[in-house]
Amino acid sequence: MLEVHGIKKAFGSLEVLKGVDLEVHKGDVVAILGPSGSGKTTLLRCINFLEKADGGTMTFDGETYHFNRATKKQMNAMRRKTGFVFQSYNLFLNKTALQNVTEGLIVARKMPKPQAEEIGRKALERVGLSDRCGYYPHQLSGGQQQRVAIARAIATNPDIIFFDEPTSALDPELTGEVLSVMRQLANDGMTMLVVTHEMGFARNVSNQVVFMEGGVVVEAGPSKEFFQAPKQERTRAFLRMIEQHGIYN
Amino acid sequence: MDTRILELLIDSFPKLLIPGLTMTIPLTVVSFCFAMVIAVVVAMVQFAHVRFLQQICRFYIWFVRGTPLLVQLFVVFYGLTDFNIILEPFVAAVIVFSLNEGAYAAEAIRGALESVPAGQMEAGYCVGMTYLQTMRRIVLPQALRTAFPSLMNSLISMLKDTSLASTITVAEMFMATQRIAGRTFEYMPLYLEVAFIYLLFSTIMTKLQRIGEKKLGAYQTKEVG
Ligand SMILES: Nc1ncnc2c1ncn2[C@@H]1O[C@H](COP(=O)(O)OP(=O)(O)OP(=O)(O)O)[C@@H](O)[C@H]1O
Ligand SMILES: [Mg+2]
Repeated sequence: MLEVHGIKKAFGSLEVLKGVDLEVHKGDVVAILGPSGSGKTTLLRCINFLEKADGGTMTFDGETYHFNRATKKQMNAMRRKTGFVFQSYNLFLNKTALQNVTEGLIVARKMPKPQAEEIGRKALERVGLSDRCGYYPHQLSGGQQQRVAIARAIATNPDIIFFDEPTSALDPELTGEVLSVMRQLANDGMTMLVVTHEMGFARNVSNQVVFMEGGVVVEAGPSKEFFQAPKQERTRAFLRMIEQHGIYN
Repeated sequence: MDTRILELLIDSFPKLLIPGLTMTIPLTVVSFCFAMVIAVVVAMVQFAHVRFLQQICRFYIWFVRGTPLLVQLFVVFYGLTDFNIILEPFVAAVIVFSLNEGAYAAEAIRGALESVPAGQMEAGYCVGMTYLQTMRRIVLPQALRTAFPSLMNSLISMLKDTSLASTITVAEMFMATQRIAGRTFEYMPLYLEVAFIYLLFSTIMTKLQRIGEKKLGAYQTKEVG
């Protein structure tokens, strides 16, 4: 459903992605793991065209995209079929929780307001925030903001949602509420590509793992195999380190 | 107090207030509205680095900010007659005040646009909105919210600056004062009186600014973690 081939990205002379391949099937929950600076965020941002990659191709929903010469129209088409959840939430600060969720429906998809609001309320209900519709972002906790961001991403009924470390800006007490919403989404069959430092999520929720380091994929495969029988020495070292420290960063 | 002067003050008060309400205020409000349109467009061109247009905008701001308002008024009203362009005084004043304020406000709005976190635009893209849609619905409203106090300050400055329009024969409040003063030779009472009316107007505007800020305060434009 989503296939990325040879994606390359450099910031000046710093090569951040050195030809990454990635495959996501419908219903997959793919966890992207890797040490800090390995290019995980950059990978997600390039896939959604927030960053312009220097090379590589992608097929998604039957369309082929060339990263270095995608048109604005193609970018917009791709983004309309995907959702993106940022590490720092990036809720629209001048909009209430409900307006955050309906904005993409009303403005980008020209949906009538009542219909959009119905979908918006349902999305907020799904993340457990029906009672916070009229709240502005600054009136919500970090965990609530991130759940609104998830509601915003699911409201447009995307084929896939990208998550960039959705819990790493949160206090440990608030991490749980966001993770449980994500687990629920996974159970409902949502396709998700999740950059995360949460090993529990990678182990128990995701069915595929991609381990990146230094701009390349070191190992990718089903999460059971990844955790129980890693093939690469580098992966084994990584897993040993996690076992010792619980989480990593 | 001398009853003659008191009578003069009472007698002249409506003669000053009426041009104030029918000239000074309209000149201020109309010019400010045009200025806002100019400022938003210029700020967006600068913010988005639209090639060529950006050069024009930079030149415009450089020129307007580097020359006195009074000179600009004379150039447009008297100077253009050399090219057979004869403007109504009010029209000339609106043109000059709009262009003048537009340049200053453009800089304020551009600064505010730059202070909006980049994630706001990216989030707009990610829900399928285009650049212009996100600009209009998300980024620009936040920038205007941030720039609001400084824009309101400029509005109050402009109210006072409209007194310069008297030099190009706009029959506004200050010109009315000069006329009466010239006839009665009572300079001090009359100029103090008009100063008082300007003060009254700007006080009301400051109050409106407070109310506006409260209304806009429903959301915060700073990111909270
Ligand atoms: N806009 C940018 N300009 C220059 N360098 C950048 C930019 N964005 C990222 N980088 C660099 O690219 C490298 C990879 O960054 P990236 O954010 O993709 O890593 P990451 O795997 O997401 O790390 P983390 O786990 O810390 O989030 C880093 O060395 C970073 O400094
Ligand atoms: Mg990252």
